[in-house]
Amino acid sequence: MRIFACLLALAAASPAAFAQTPADFLAAYAQQAKQENPAYQAPSARQGRLFFTARHGREWSCASCHTDNPADAGRHAVTGRPIKPLAPSANAARFTRQAKVEKWFRRNCNDVLGRACSAQEKGDVLAYLLTLK
Amino acid sequence: MKRSPALLSACLLAALPAHADGKRFDVRNAAYQSECASCHVAYPPQLLSAASWRAVMDGLPRHFGSDASLEPAIHADILRYLEANAGRRDTAAAGKPLLRITETRWFVREHAGELPRDIWKHPAVKSAANCAACHTDADRGDFSERTLRLPQGVSKK
Repeated sequence: MRIFACLLALAAASPAAFAQTPADFLAAYAQQAKQENPAYQAPSARQGRLFFTARHGREWSCASCHTDNPADAGRHAVTGRPIKPLAPSANAARFTRQAKVEKWFRRNCNDVLGRACSAQEKGDVLAYLLTLK
Repeated sequence: MKRSPALLSACLLAALPAHADGKRFDVRNAAYQSECASCHVAYPPQLLSAASWRAVMDGLPRHFGSDASLEPAIHADILRYLEANAGRRDTAAAGKPLLRITETRWFVREHAGELPRDIWKHPAVKSAANCAACHTDADRGDFSERTLRLPQGVSKK
């Protein structure tokens, strides 16, 4: 019983580690962003769209591979490899596995920005992706 | 009973292990497929030496201009697979292991001669790394002539 309570507390303390749906990820990023910046309000789909389509001082934007409409299939900018749609409405597997989500944010933020993305940036992008039908 | 020689040789080829004709390779490895083949064709491990694969895997955070870093456990798993299936031929130049299959002597020889010089710049090909532009079954390690289709607008010299 004590172990169960302990697990429950752990789950509550680190929601991202147990997130299973895009909404869970969104809530976890918002919570983390709030911790990092008390003035933070909420994820912004508008900011997310701007972030997604803009270049950030380097050669690529997110849209370079995922296209300006991430509900469509994309294409790797170098190899031409097809990439399945990123928007959860078009691809139900997206934002359902913690390890996979963090792996791709780590790699792709490094490619596009030359650094890791903040929780706020991740939340904004996901909020934008969730507006796409 | 008469049988066509083509059919006979096709049956003989089918009876051999997948890699034996030099054009069909076994690329079935779950970690390799999910981690590497999400961005590019699952390049057959047999086409680079173990030393070349080690050099490739050492540079994953800056992998041909892209961050392809892996978790340590998955990294070790994939490296083990690549080493175990690597080609025995040395793929080095000037004493340094080559990182690109397309720079190996074997690749250059295979693609020289019949193909137009600007083939890799063709919009349907984009890059010599895009095997599947012509090798339509490259995803499954099949590089046999049977699956080869040049994109529209490209013809042999």
